[in-house]
Amino acid sequence: MLKKNEPILSISKEQGEYLQSIKKEQLFIKISQVLLFVMSIILWELAARHNFIDTFLTSSPGAIFELIIRFIKDGSLFKHLYISTMETIVGFFAGTIVGLMAAVLLWWFERLAKIMDPYMVILNSLPKTALAPIIILWAGMGFSGIVVTAASISVIVTTMTLYTGFVNVEKDKIILLKTFGANKFQILKKVIIPANFPNIMSVIKVNIGLSWIGVIVGEFLVSKAGIGYLILYGSQTFKLDLVMMGVFVLGVVAAIMYFFAAWLEKKLIKY
Amino acid sequence: MEYICELKNISKRFHTINNETKAVEDLSFKVKKGEIVSIVGPSGSGKSTVLALIAGLEKPSEGEIIVNTNSIGFMFQKDQLYEWRNIYKNCILGLEVKKMDTEENKRKVLNMLEKYGLINFKNHFPSQLSGGMRQRAALVRTLAIEPDLLLLDEPFSALDYQTRLSIGDEVGRILRSEKISTILVTHDIPEAVSISDRVIVFTERPAKVKKEYIIEFDECPGERTPMQCRNTLAFGEYFRNIWRDLDVEEE
Repeated sequence: MLKKNEPILSISKEQGEYLQSIKKEQLFIKISQVLLFVMSIILWELAARHNFIDTFLTSSPGAIFELIIRFIKDGSLFKHLYISTMETIVGFFAGTIVGLMAAVLLWWFERLAKIMDPYMVILNSLPKTALAPIIILWAGMGFSGIVVTAASISVIVTTMTLYTGFVNVEKDKIILLKTFGANKFQILKKVIIPANFPNIMSVIKVNIGLSWIGVIVGEFLVSKAGIGYLILYGSQTFKLDLVMMGVFVLGVVAAIMYFFAAWLEKKLIKY
Repeated sequence: MEYICELKNISKRFHTINNETKAVEDLSFKVKKGEIVSIVGPSGSGKSTVLALIAGLEKPSEGEIIVNTNSIGFMFQKDQLYEWRNIYKNCILGLEVKKMDTEENKRKVLNMLEKYGLINFKNHFPSQLSGGMRQRAALVRTLAIEPDLLLLDEPFSALDYQTRLSIGDEVGRILRSEKISTILVTHDIPEAVSISDRVIVFTERPAKVKKEYIIEFDECPGERTPMQCRNTLAFGEYFRNIWRDLDVEEE
């Protein structure tokens, strides 16, 4: 009867071998993943040291590492990182929450959704980064402008994805609540939102990446600090070490945020 | 005699851009308090529409529906358990919506889970249960609000044959012992005959009452159970008659 969570009290020899082979396979994958990274770094460093590649254009792991240490020591890495991360987090929350509320609004007023439909489609297919210069002029040449840019990139796709999820909730699930005499707010709270929980979580994961895009674009345009600023400054002064460090740090932080979201998803969605 | 539900000359038309469909036309019947009535009819004959009308989910185009209660329970072909709620939380859904989730009512739900063999699964999620157990959980959810009228829309047809028989049997016994007025829509003639006090046969769409059978089994005195009924001579007789009523289309 039970499909999941069935405790295995005693395991046969064959079952044991099967479990063993799965563990082996997983270990192999993990080791290969680490090796791929380490080998690439070593190859890059060796190529740089033996002048197979032009370090002026490619930099080298050693130089990047030294630069990171220097930036950590004088505290500027954390200053830039802090600014960009704050911009991303605020932009992310703004985009996601406004998108969620807009989706609720469209679900609540069906007619509004029909009226807005062509505009949503056009806004969605428009590359939002094209709007960044305008947004920054409107919202301010600094933190606020960058945050709004970040939010603008995720807000439309959030609205559309969630709205689609909302209207696709199985009809009988809603009818069931109606037979209990539920009002519209109860339907929203007890079916529409919880049924879309997995949807919301995947939107969150996507939006983290989108917000970083917005922040970097924004910082390219106006900022005086932040990872995007470091990358742009490095490229304009031909300091490729600085550019590469920026990209590397960006990768690490974005990955941490993504894994945090994935962990949250696992915690929250148990069924 | 007190009636829980009366339909008087009900018509229902559905409109689309291309056409108008008559689902129900001039339909009248009454259900007594405590009576179990089955509706059988050809597929697409508007049986489910009638339940939706009684539940107030749809408004009739013409006619009048009197329902003498505001506590109606509805069961669907699929259990419609919410996969993000555990079994217990699913069972108190109706109580929550009706703001009747008092400690006393919650205790009643736990008692019902106990009675129907689900207590050990109260913290499980629906995906962890078999089809029969899920449908039983759906029944607990429906009965939790203590409905005066139960509307069952082919509630067993998504189950496999054996489970269908045993769950149908169990539900039939519960309905009879709790004396809950019930309208059961089904394709399954034996199911209808074994569970009900009365079987109403619908015509093709638009639905009208074609025939009515009062189901009585002299061979099962006192508390009849669906399984006993299936073994009687009268059962076969009812089956053949209803079968004949439904078979018109094949001429």
